[in-house]
Amino acid sequence: MNAITTSNLCKIYGEHIAVDNLNLSIGQGELFSLLGVNGAGKTTTIKMLSCLIRPTSGNATILGDNVNEKPQAVKQKVNISPQEIAVGSNLSVNENMELIAGLYGQDNKTAKESAEKMAMLFGLESVLKKKAKHLSGGMQRRLSIAMALISNPEILYLDEPTLGLDVLARRELWDTITTLKGKVTMILTTHYLEEVEALSDRVGVMSSGKLTAVGTVAELMEYTGTNKLEDAFIVLAGGVL
Amino acid sequence: MKIYIFSKRNLKEILRDPINLFFGLAFPLVLLFLLSVINANIPPEANNPMFEINNIAPGMAVFGTVFMALFAGMLLAKDRSSSFLIRLFTSPMSAIDFLLGYTIPMLIMVVVQATITLVTACIFGLPINVNIFLAVFVTVLSSFLFIGIGLLCGSIMNEKAVGGICGALLTNVTGWLSGMFIPIDLIGGGFQTVTHILPFYHSIKAIKAVLAGDLIAILPHIGIVFAYTIVIYFIAILSFRKTMYGDN
Repeated sequence: MNAITTSNLCKIYGEHIAVDNLNLSIGQGELFSLLGVNGAGKTTTIKMLSCLIRPTSGNATILGDNVNEKPQAVKQKVNISPQEIAVGSNLSVNENMELIAGLYGQDNKTAKESAEKMAMLFGLESVLKKKAKHLSGGMQRRLSIAMALISNPEILYLDEPTLGLDVLARRELWDTITTLKGKVTMILTTHYLEEVEALSDRVGVMSSGKLTAVGTVAELMEYTGTNKLEDAFIVLAGGVL
Repeated sequence: MKIYIFSKRNLKEILRDPINLFFGLAFPLVLLFLLSVINANIPPEANNPMFEINNIAPGMAVFGTVFMALFAGMLLAKDRSSSFLIRLFTSPMSAIDFLLGYTIPMLIMVVVQATITLVTACIFGLPINVNIFLAVFVTVLSSFLFIGIGLLCGSIMNEKAVGGICGALLTNVTGWLSGMFIPIDLIGGGFQTVTHILPFYHSIKAIKAVLAGDLIAILPHIGIVFAYTIVIYFIAILSFRKTMYGDN
């Protein structure tokens, strides 16, 4: 069974077609990168797949549950690390993680254990009692991703997860994401193409709401007759080399 | 359980902001003290009961609840602008979980605030009796109006706009149109008519009635406040659902 399957998925705002007949299949445990210039439809797609917005038409199935028919069942299986750092500013690191664990149904004891586990995974042990607003941007980003993982999601959406991170923090996060590959299905959106090359199993390129190509990095370069992912992306995104 | 967890988070977010604590708990007490000092300096021959404790205590209890609109609105607007709400919308929480999760902490604040304000008013001469507890209850009922206004503003406005509307504008409108600071019934005319149409005057009248032990007199006043509250909550729920389901 695929983790994610979309069938003619559309989102239309007035006259603007944000996502245009998206047909996509993503396997379980796969890390799929969704690329596109700003406004290409990546975030709108993720929002539909995580039941944040309703599709105008078409369907999406997440591990067997339809986003239109069973949004609550879908929500129990997915989590998101939004583009902006989304943490409770006056809550401590620990409280932020336990909050999300609790909202996904974990009891107090399990939530505490999950928070400890995430703190170790993301190097947050030394700042557990610190309020989120007093953390550096990099640490806030780590906390944001830890909050996305604490519910043990089967599907994780990472919307520009390394935005604002320094090189070391970015590499550490790449290592963490790599350890999740095969266990958690991930959709990654990013503008850093080296990140895509380092992490992705497959890549999809969106342009003006349409999915223009899907394949491995090597397949996309071969398809476009280019030697670099950046060149392949420019061709597929409708730019000029 | 989700409502409890989310309410706890919201209460912590509010209480950990010292400005909220000042405006929520201390500011009504400061005003109570200042107005009591003014009252003490009004000569008896002036025959002006405007700032007597029986009149200012209900006003201060209501004035404290106006800040709940600011707290609820600011918290919701901040959660929206920081994408924290997007994270929560992805979780298996329902619209009811959200609305109660934002409302319950405000009600807890109102109970504490109204109790402190009215007990302090007893030090300044408000009669100590069981009506104090009933007055806290009526204050809680009337506070739904302001919490609803806060949730409505927080659903559709940014933090800056919420600060302007719920902070500056609403506190002034409530202050002047409720009879808190000016004798509306003495002014009369069109101004009095407007204040009687709006709910703010009736919030204070209901608390005054309960403090006077006239429980029957509460009903028409609290009825008008509730009519406004139902309409405002209905619009707030619609606006919040629109935000939640991304239809805007």
